[in-house]
Amino acid sequence: MIKIKGLHKSYRIGKNSLHVLKGINFNVEEGEMVAIMGSSGSGKSTLLNIIGMLDVADEGEYTLDNIEIKDLDETKAAKYRNRFLGFIFQSFNLINYKTALENVELPLYYQKVPRKERQEKATQYLAKVGLTDWIKHLPSELSGGQKQRVAIARAMAAEPKVLLADEPTGALDSTTSNEVMQLIQEINDEGKTILVVTHENDIANMCKRIVQLKDGVIIEDKIVEQVRALAHV
Amino acid sequence: MLLFNRDTWQEIFGSIQKNRARTIITVIGVLWGIFIYIALSGAAKGLDNGFEEEFKDVAMNSMFVWAQQTSVPYAGFKTGRAIQLKLENVDLLKSRIPEIQFIAPRIVKGVFGGDPGSIVRGDKSGTYNVYGDYPVLAKIANQKIYEGGRFINQGDIEEARKVCVIGERTQKELFEKAENPIGEFIRIDKVFFKVVGVKKYEENGGGFGDDGDIFIPFATFKKLYNTGDDVGWLAIAAYDNVNVVKVEDKVKKVLKKTHQIAPEDERAIGSFNLGEMFGKITGFSDGLTFLSLVVGIATIIAGVIGIGNILLISVKERTKELGVRRALGATPSEVRGQIILESVFLTMISGVFGIVLGAFVLRGVDAATQDMDIPYANPTVPVAYILGALLIMVVLGTLIGLIPAQRAMSIKPIDALREE
Ligand SMILES: Nc1ncnc2c1ncn2[C@@H]1O[C@H](COP(=O)(O)OP(=O)(O)OP(=O)(O)O)[C@@H](O)[C@H]1O
Ligand SMILES: [Mg+2]
Repeated sequence: MIKIKGLHKSYRIGKNSLHVLKGINFNVEEGEMVAIMGSSGSGKSTLLNIIGMLDVADEGEYTLDNIEIKDLDETKAAKYRNRFLGFIFQSFNLINYKTALENVELPLYYQKVPRKERQEKATQYLAKVGLTDWIKHLPSELSGGQKQRVAIARAMAAEPKVLLADEPTGALDSTTSNEVMQLIQEINDEGKTILVVTHENDIANMCKRIVQLKDGVIIEDKIVEQVRALAHV
Repeated sequence: MLLFNRDTWQEIFGSIQKNRARTIITVIGVLWGIFIYIALSGAAKGLDNGFEEEFKDVAMNSMFVWAQQTSVPYAGFKTGRAIQLKLENVDLLKSRIPEIQFIAPRIVKGVFGGDPGSIVRGDKSGTYNVYGDYPVLAKIANQKIYEGGRFINQGDIEEARKVCVIGERTQKELFEKAENPIGEFIRIDKVFFKVVGVKKYEENGGGFGDDGDIFIPFATFKKLYNTGDDVGWLAIAAYDNVNVVKVEDKVKKVLKKTHQIAPEDERAIGSFNLGEMFGKITGFSDGLTFLSLVVGIATIIAGVIGIGNILLISVKERTKELGVRRALGATPSEVRGQIILESVFLTMISGVFGIVLGAFVLRGVDAATQDMDIPYANPTVPVAYILGALLIMVVLGTLIGLIPAQRAMSIKPIDALREE
């Protein structure tokens, strides 16, 4: 599903250049659930953003679902993101003046899905994350866990090939974190490819594979026995 | 199409409602501009219409000329000599000044210090101004005669008939209400005259004139009052394409020459022209129209810039939101389109409200001045002006929207999302 070869990324800060990713080689098969770990500043988010086409690499190859991703202009990147990728952020990033339903509808709106179908689909995905009773609520009326579940429903609504989650539980307490991880595991059970960036070993162990980043390279890549979030409590 | 998509509008409403208070204040800016524009140009049009109404019965390029006393000694004459216009001056002026279309010699008993004629009918009597006139006068200043009557005609002049046209008030004072004055006789300074018409009284640019005035043929007048070939003053209409001020100068020059008046004598011949006065009035309303255009457009521009400003701020505030949208698949041009539409929409809403408000105020003023004696009628703003204003606003709204839209477009989703 994801093939990355010799990926480099530097940031320019004034006159200096900060080499963040120094040759990443990394493949992900369909249906995998991968945790990306590493200390702060090791380049986890940078890698995820490049995979998510929110950022571009300086060097290296990236293939997503057999499509070579290169020479992206903003319009093309937007279309690819819309069709192939679902994002879950640490800070939820819901649009605060839109209801849960409208938030979930948004990627479908940009897919030009007709209104009615859009609403049905969004309702369906909100039901899947257990928020049927909250579809008319604004984000400010939801708890952190509920917000993240709306965000997950939004990421899923567009039916992406890969789900990218950057510290999805970073802003949640451990109980809520487990609930969210349970949801993500269930989505993975249905066969969706998922990448989760995390600091926490607990969370990483709920994935099927852990990739360790340090100083811009992968220092460890291992398959682990998945811990089910439900059993964890 | 983006424009006719319900979702597009829902997105726009959503983001406008988010900043409701500021949106309203900004909208008021543009609204005020278009309101000023509509109200002022409507008022200018109203004045224009009002003056036109006032002057509609008078040839706009007409003038009057009369004689006074000399103020400069000339050709052996002492200063202070009284000048008398004569009938032969009419032909002289006509032959010398081809720009003259009509010329009507007039004379009056009353008005200028003299005693008015004393009029008697049966046991009723009164004093009224009596004018000696030619039919050509009607060509210079329209003489409205009530149904069944007529103004003085050529036959009256040739035969010096004892006929007269009376004023509305004269009719009221000398006749019973139900009585038809046409064909009846009245005595003007002891001579019987047959009434042939009743003149509708209208205040016009002539300056004097009264609803009791009586008109008789010039030829009859001079016999009745023994005035010979004397003329009180001349009413002159120039051809439409001629500058009446120039004609006025020429007329005075010719008259000075034939009456042996010093060319530099400013007092001996008096004159007055309507063209100049009318020009001043139309100049005034033209000026008002121009002013309304300048002020209105300046205010509209200021308002539209305000809208651009609020959108710029709102784009900055919404950086994160726009980043999220981009991450979810909004293309840069979709983001730009949305911001521009917001701008145009705000501009149009303000414009339409401004126009409606302006129209209401114009109606109100029109209704309030309906019964007042001021020249103000039908203060309409041509549809083309309104459409033009709306068009300008759409264009300005788009142009000003381009700035925040460009900014929104250049937001990189990665940077927007990183911003905490
Ligand atoms: N836009 C940028 N400009 C300059 N430097 C950047 C930029 N984005 C990231 N960096 C730097 O690159 C390095 C890697 O950043 P990254 O966000 O990928 O770290 P991370 O592993 O996600 O850390 P954390 O666990 O704290 O989220 C950091 O040193 C960061 O300061
Ligand atoms: Mg990070």
